[in-house]
Amino acid sequence: MSATEPAPAGQLPDAAGHFGRFGGRFVPEALVAALDELDAAYRKAMSDESFRAEFDALLRDYAGTPSLLYPAHRFSAQIGARVLLKREDLNHTGAHKVRNVLGQALLTKRMGKRRVIAETGAGQHGVATATAAALFDLECVVYMGEVDTERQALNVARMRMLGATVVPVTTGSRTLKDAMNEAMRDWVANVDETHYLIGTAAGPHPFPELVRDFVRGIGVEARAQCLESTGALPDAVAACVGGGSNALGIFHAFVPDEGVRLYGFEAGGEGVDTDRHAASITGGTSGVLHGARTYVLQNADGQTIESHSISAGLDYPGVGPEHAWLHDSGRANYLPVTDAEAMAAFELLCRTEGIIPAIESAHALAGARKIAPGLAAELGREPVILVNLSGRGDKDVHTAGEYFGILDKEQ
Amino acid sequence: MSRIGVAFDKARADGRAVLVGCMPAGFPTVEGSIAAMKAMVSAGVDVIELEIPYSDPVMDGPVIQKASDIALAGGVRTADALRIVEAVAATGAPVVTMTYWNPIEQYGVDAFARDLAAAGGTGLITPDLIPDEADEWLAASDAHGLDRTFLVSPSSTDARLRMTAEHCRGFVYATAIMGVTGARSQTSEAAPILVSRLREVTDLPVGVGLGVGTGAQAGTVAGYADGVIVGSALIRCLLDAPDPAAGLTALRALSAELAEGVRHPQR
Ligand SMILES: Cc1ncc(COP(=O)(O)O)c(C=O)c1O
Repeated sequence: MSATEPAPAGQLPDAAGHFGRFGGRFVPEALVAALDELDAAYRKAMSDESFRAEFDALLRDYAGTPSLLYPAHRFSAQIGARVLLKREDLNHTGAHKVRNVLGQALLTKRMGKRRVIAETGAGQHGVATATAAALFDLECVVYMGEVDTERQALNVARMRMLGATVVPVTTGSRTLKDAMNEAMRDWVANVDETHYLIGTAAGPHPFPELVRDFVRGIGVEARAQCLESTGALPDAVAACVGGGSNALGIFHAFVPDEGVRLYGFEAGGEGVDTDRHAASITGGTSGVLHGARTYVLQNADGQTIESHSISAGLDYPGVGPEHAWLHDSGRANYLPVTDAEAMAAFELLCRTEGIIPAIESAHALAGARKIAPGLAAELGREPVILVNLSGRGDKDVHTAGEYFGILDKEQ
Repeated sequence: MSRIGVAFDKARADGRAVLVGCMPAGFPTVEGSIAAMKAMVSAGVDVIELEIPYSDPVMDGPVIQKASDIALAGGVRTADALRIVEAVAATGAPVVTMTYWNPIEQYGVDAFARDLAAAGGTGLITPDLIPDEADEWLAASDAHGLDRTFLVSPSSTDARLRMTAEHCRGFVYATAIMGVTGARSQTSEAAPILVSRLREVTDLPVGVGLGVGTGAQAGTVAGYADGVIVGSALIRCLLDAPDPAAGLTALRALSAELAEGVRHPQR
């Protein structure tokens, strides 16, 4: 079992980065040369044994993967499904994001660039990027919406300790979307020496494919671990969807397993029927944002609508194009989970398992709780649900503490 | 022959470059933007580049983003932008629109082309639509007789310069610097090289944009390009003004200075 096992040949996207009608490259011409260079470097690297060996070694010796697969018995008993947690929260830096970052940092080195920039919402991608930059001796600038720098103050401190420059972005909604705009602007201006280390399976081709391939080890590992521990594949795989990297990461190895249902849970905020949510697939329409055609929260004029989620990492009005395609093709199901549902699942995992999840991941837990009764009825037995616990909740202790009235705003 | 092409031909015959001035539709208000564009034309701007504001203008610097935000906060819609095109085109100056792709896609690509042509617009500049993804727009612009301007950049390969120019009609937009919009204290050294590379692959007029803010800079760019495109510096006249009248006065003064600049190419 290798976390860097390549994706099977013949899978989407096509050579121009299209997943059906989604994906592609909607970018200034100034970036095309850099995207072509990245694409070439990536294809060369993935067919190079030494690159994959180096990536494998980093994942194993530095990031601490394969991450555990943990049967969450007490949580399972509460929701009426046998829940297996893929413990990406135990990876170095505390989330699935480290896998993508190590892959792209290796590519950066191979391309001879000395500077990386990144956008971040929850800060986990920023922390992972700052970490890899320290390890590989790269200059690192992280763009983060000002709202997110406040709710993720702990991660801002971590990034700065690691030597990164954190730039609070004050335009627009001051969240992940605007951080991505700023990172794109930086990249257009500094593309010669800079790699834009995108944190999710979104953006222009080849990013959605490349990020997916760097994180698909989550599913490769989980699939083997499941077979080993239960003797069968799970009935369903569940993950939260912001840009969609952790969801694709755990889904991808299961896509050919037609009996395994795939569920992506989007941030329903205060409800998809309100204007305060971040559910791009269930509440959005097809459009172009941040370099790709995908589902977007937008008005009739194509202006992006600001998203809302209690979770900074899901607070994004777009989604990676492969998810748009998995939705249209019917292979995966996307459902919204509200702030309140996510926080209830957050609390339940804390109290039953002694695990404090990231609020992002709590959306996946809440989603599993939501689908459990229907699956049980359909299968006529207790379903087995594999949940990607994409990250740990340390960064969210303040948000959750306020939410539950354990901490005052001042504390 | 495209109407923009006529403007370039006339200027070329006069031994000068075309001055293209950009302004977001609906900034500071719909009426205010019409007044601003008319003032620019009367002060010597040859071609108006009307930007349809977009919420996520990734290639624009802070000035254009701020103006776009003001326009959007004022409620401007794509339909308003088309009304503004009509009002400004009535002055006789060619009006070319510029926008990020998503607003066009949501309006409907063919419907937009139809309505833009009906409003008297000459064509469209697409900062984030490259010919590789433009099949629908190529068809619609052909069907409605519109120009299409794609961008080239100092980082474009020769093959991409050729391919992009082949898909352009009217003029080609050369981005002078690697970077976002915004006036700069020095014009680019990369731009003349890019223009001469373009001359090898196309006879279309070449407009150079990004970074021009003064008459002297306009004269420098006019020394090697067919068109000088100015945005942020003009927009700043309105952003920085204490009141709308002062804004228009400043806008007229800068337009006249730039118009003077393009008449004195620095070769
Ligand atoms: C722990 C964790 N999970 C999930 C996400 C959501 O991102 P994605 O959908 O790209 O995995 C984030 C993003 O910040 C995160 O930090």
